[in-house]
Order: sequence, then C-alpha cells, then structure tokens
Amino acid sequence: MKTNKFYFVSCFPAFLLLISSSLADPIVIGSKKFTESYVLGEIAKRTLNDAGIPVEHRQGMGGTIIVWQALRGAQIDAYPEYTGTIVEEILKDQQLHSAAAIRNALSKFGVGMTGPLGFNNTYALIMRRDRAQKLGIRTISDLQKHPELKIGLTHEFLARQDGWQPLAARYRLSPQSVIGIDHALGYAALQNGSINVKDAYSTDAKIAEYDLVVLEDDVGFFPKYEAVFLFRTSMRKDAIAGLRKLEGTLDEARMIQLNAEAERTKNYTRAANLYFRDDVESATSAGESFPHKLARWTLRHLQLAGFSLLLAIIVGIPLGIFASRGGVVGHAILGFASIVQTIPALALLALLVPLPFFGISARTAIAALFLYGLLPIVRNTASGLQDIPRSLRESAIALGLTPATRLWRIYLPMSSRSILSGIKTSAIINVGTATLAALIGAGGLGEPILSGLNLNDHVTILQGAIPAALLALIVQWSFDLLDRVLIPKGLRL
Amino acid sequence: MSALVQLISVRKGYDGAPALHPTNLSIERGKTTVLIGPSGCGKSTLLRIIIGLIAPDSGTTDFDGSQITPANIDMLRRRIGYVIQEGGLFPHLTARVNILLMARHLGKTDAEMHPRLSELCELTRFSENLLARYPLELSGGQRQRVSLMRALMLSPELLLLDEPLGALDPLVRASLQKDLKEIFGRLQQTALLVTHDLAEAAYFGDTIVLMNEGRIVQQGSIVDLRERPASDFVSEFINAQRSVALA
Repeated sequence: MKTNKFYFVSCFPAFLLLISSSLADPIVIGSKKFTESYVLGEIAKRTLNDAGIPVEHRQGMGGTIIVWQALRGAQIDAYPEYTGTIVEEILKDQQLHSAAAIRNALSKFGVGMTGPLGFNNTYALIMRRDRAQKLGIRTISDLQKHPELKIGLTHEFLARQDGWQPLAARYRLSPQSVIGIDHALGYAALQNGSINVKDAYSTDAKIAEYDLVVLEDDVGFFPKYEAVFLFRTSMRKDAIAGLRKLEGTLDEARMIQLNAEAERTKNYTRAANLYFRDDVESATSAGESFPHKLARWTLRHLQLAGFSLLLAIIVGIPLGIFASRGGVVGHAILGFASIVQTIPALALLALLVPLPFFGISARTAIAALFLYGLLPIVRNTASGLQDIPRSLRESAIALGLTPATRLWRIYLPMSSRSILSGIKTSAIINVGTATLAALIGAGGLGEPILSGLNLNDHVTILQGAIPAALLALIVQWSFDLLDRVLIPKGLRL
Repeated sequence: MSALVQLISVRKGYDGAPALHPTNLSIERGKTTVLIGPSGCGKSTLLRIIIGLIAPDSGTTDFDGSQITPANIDMLRRRIGYVIQEGGLFPHLTARVNILLMARHLGKTDAEMHPRLSELCELTRFSENLLARYPLELSGGQRQRVSLMRALMLSPELLLLDEPLGALDPLVRASLQKDLKEIFGRLQQTALLVTHDLAEAAYFGDTIVLMNEGRIVQQGSIVDLRERPASDFVSEFINAQRSVALA
C-alpha cells in the first residue's frame, strides 16, 4: 500500500516535467477564441513551418488577457492582436497614437509588434438587414430613437474600455435590455429575433453569410483595429523575420474570404492554406481522420481527468483524515475545499493562468481539476471516519493496536464505502469539467465542443459532448464495479 | 493474595461536574469484582480509566505493581481483555480475524495461534465453523462469545467487562452467564465486571462494589450488602432491585 502511494507521488512531478519538456522546443503561436484569430494563427504556423521552423499552434486559448498573460509568461511566443486592443486593453493608455509609441510601450514587457497585416478589423454593431431597413436605422446614432431594441453583446465587449459602456455614453444610448451572450450563439439569437443588435468584428464572415448590416460609426467612436502579430523579442530571429513577411499582405476582403472559408469547411488549416493560394492539404491536422481525432481527444481527456483525480486522492484522503479530527484545522480544511468548489471552473482556470509554473498548459488544467476533485474526497473521508461508532474506536484502542494500525486496518476500511463514493463523485466531476481544459489549450474532448461553439456547428459540438457524456457513464459503472472489489464483504451484508 | 490493580485517589470530572470523586479500589487476583450502581454513578468511568480510555484528573492506577502512564498503556492493554455491550466487533473483519487481530499484529504465526483458537472455541462453546462469518452474520449471543474470545486470546491477566450481557434477551443471557462463570473459574481469571443488575452482580461477584454519584458507597459480599447496608441508599438500591425481580 505504502510503496504504491510513494511510487505515484514520486512519479507525478515526473509526468508534469514530461509534458512541459515535450512542449518546450517549437515556437508556440497562440490565438484567441474566434475564427479570425485561429486562421491568423494557422497562417503564421504555415509561414514559419515553410521557413523550416518547428511551430505549435495553441488554438482558442481564451480572451485578450489570458493570451497576453501567456505571452508575458513565455507560455507562447507570438499571437495575432489588434492595435486598438493593444492600446485600450493591454497598455490602457489612450495617448498612444503612433506605432512607434506603442512599440516603445510594449518593449518594456519584452514584447515586439509587427507592422499592420493590412486590414482593419474594428468592432462594429450589426443588425438584420430587413429589420434595419424597416426601422430606418443606418448609423449607431439612429439607435437613440429605438430604446426598445434588444441588445446582445459578447462578455468581452460589455467590459472593454472601448466597449459598450463608453459607447453608450458617447452616443447617449439607453436601451431597455442589454444582455451578455457568446459571440457565435449571438448570431443565432440575431437570426431568430431574440436580440436585435449585437457586436461583431468588421471582417466577420457571418456578416455576408446572414445578410447583416454594419451600423455606421458616425461619431468615429471605435479606434483603429489593425491586425498585427505580437511576439516575444527573445524569440529566434528567423521566426520574427518570418512573421514580418506577413505585413501588408492581407486586406479586408481577403480576410473576410478566409474567415468564410474557415466557417464553411470547419477547417482553419484549410482556410489558412487559401492565403498561400494553394489548396494542398498540409500534413498537420487537416488530414486527421475522425476516429484518430476522437482517440486523441479521449486519451488526453482521460489523462487530464485521471491525473487530477489521482492527485486529489493522494492529497484528499490525508486531508480528510485530519479534517475528521475536527477542531480549527479540520474546519479550515473543509472550509477551504468548499470555497474552491464555489469558484466557477472558468474563473479558477483564469486565476491559475497568470501564476508562474502554471500558465497556458495541461498543468493548469490538471491543477484546477485537482482542486475541484478535492472537496468530495476530503468531505467523504472525514464523514466516513466520523461515522465510526465510538464503541468501535474504543475497542480498537483497548486492544492495544497502534494508531497507524488502527487507521489502516480498522478505521479506513470501515469508511471505505464513504471514501469510494467521494472518489466516484470527484471522478465524474473531473470528467465533466475537463471539457473546459480546451479553453486554455490543454486539449481533450472540450476541443471539438469549443470549436463547434465557435463555428456555431452542432455536429462538431456533439463530437465532443457525446463521448464526454459516455465517458462519465463508463466512469460511474467502473466505480460501481470497484465498490465490489474494494469495500470489505462484511460491510456489504 | 495481592491486588492486581490498585486505584489510589483517582478523580475525574467533566466540565466542572465531578464524575468520580477521589476513589481508592483494589482488584484482587483470581477474583471477580463487580461494579454496580445506577446509571451515571461512575462505574463505567472507573473501568475506562483502568484501560486508559479516560485519563483521570488526578490520582494513580497501578497495574501489577507499575503505574499506568501514557508511555506504557499500549503494552499494558495487551495484558488486559476488554468486552463491551454490543461486543465491539469490527464489521469488516470475520470472527476469526477479529479474534486474531492483536496476535497477528504482534507477529504470531498461524501455527502458534491455531491451537489457542480451538481452545477458546471449546471454552466459549462456539462452533469453529462459524469463525469465517462476519459479525453481521452472527446472533447477539454469538457475537459476545467472539468478543470474549478476542479479549481472552492473549491470555490477559485482567478481564474488563462493561455490561457484556446488557443487550441480550433473557434466555441467551442466562446461558452466557453460566458459561462465563464457568470460564472465570476454569481460568482463575481476574475480572472486573460492570453491571446494573443486582442478580448478575450476586451471581458473579466475589466482591461487589456499589457506587452512587461518583463514590463507592459500600464494598463487600452480597451478604454484607444485604445484611449490613452502609447507608439508606444501599438498602434502597437492594430493595428496589429485589421488588423488580419479584414483580
């Protein structure tokens, strides 16, 4: 028993090292969670690959802050960004007007910026064409006369410095209803009339696809959002030169075309290849068959859920033993585990990402899942031990058994049913929550769910959601079987 | 005949309320001493102090000439058998494993333990076929016999029994009483038995120790208690139990 435990404890850091070292070598390109960012990331990957530089693309890592922190923390080497976002969100200094001033401010973080790629993807407010025409709305100012219109905005736009609040103030808008909604889902909401106005990027492929109109920014509120690449100045020189080659090569029409291709084919690599004017499928993920992808996702999913569960067991049972003794320490342990459980999974990931050692990696996902899995194990271990009748505890003491023997031979086996059910709960939680790991590029079955959500493509979502649900069922059944093996027969009578 | 256990001025209180006033008591070798008294009189507290489940506030307890301390209590526990009301058997272990638990812990081999186990089965009239059963598969009386075997496994010098027959129905109780008495006699076992039943105390007790409100009120044979009660409480206690028996 003991040796096994020590074996796992000593192996776990080795596993983490293995993950990190295997990811250390290539240049790592990040991207945000929307189509254009994915496509630009793929273009950069292909460009550098063609120059003989090994590249890994971590797709759809999250919003601006997560990707920026990852760049600063050297978890990624470069990612596509927009000048407006750099000024408003990253540097938070609206006095920066020239490219030189922005470069200078970025250099303090060890970050460089390429020249503009050639298109301006500004924020825009959009409406269905029929609706806009009926109401005679052409500009954002026209919205003043229609406070009854329902506004649905992405959470990022709602909170940005150059987002909804200042925009509404500048245009003196006071609509009756403003809700937060995911970008891709917002298009469906716009189509079925649940919302009337939403935010979008001006190069968004869906604008053409759904026949939407961009409301004119008649007072010139939105800053310029010229696409650039941010990169770590410590990145290898040939890689920087490679990114520079992209400057001035993409105009708006071209970008809309690439975005549309990505959404039509559900394949970012393919869309990126269009930039290079060839439709030859690259050797990377484009050619991967579905069973192969499913196997890769599932394996990664099991790794994430499995290692975090193992860690939660190794840490949770001893903590539960301490907690069962009550007192200040016991309450503190249970209190801590409960508080962790109340933090939304997404928020927990976001909190861990800026910490050193974690960042955008499988480590972070495992750490977050581990924290989530802790409470059921700690609580069930503690309550299982506390439920042992006093007379039996005293019998064990009166026999003259040592404290360690009492724990291993009497108390823990007697609580095994409760402890195992805690582990089962944790396992199921972990299998479910591990889908969120894809948000920080850690892979797993969340990857198709996220892509599908982004592309508003239900089939892709189900490719991840169905296996994840089946996995949870399988975990449940395996633990039911395990109960028969691990719970002593005398307790099952 | 010297005393195996000596309690000297042992006192225990809970949250300021005294559970046991300073008390002296000797337990003679080879005899059965019975602690009796109403609920809350301190008889169980006294027994639990001897096995170290409760630490007294003051006073000393000597076992076979040496004082019981936290340092030696685990060693001394191996020389003391302990049987409680429901048996205190561990439900996840078979009767056999329950009985052998401590012997195995001390590294005894099966070859050493097996003859002793057969001997105990015969002594307690317990069928060896039932040894593979779990506690939940045994009757209340069988469980108490297993509990007794577990307590006797290491041939303890002292046997402590805390209302061992309290939860059994009258017929089982009577047959176990008879067997216990016989076992004590055959083994010349030093025993301390806690009960609230005067008839049981009279049946077993070489010495009966009557307690009330944390104090020993009288100590002696049943005849002493009946013929020469030390206080009104003693006669009341004895008369009350007698009238219950007659009713």
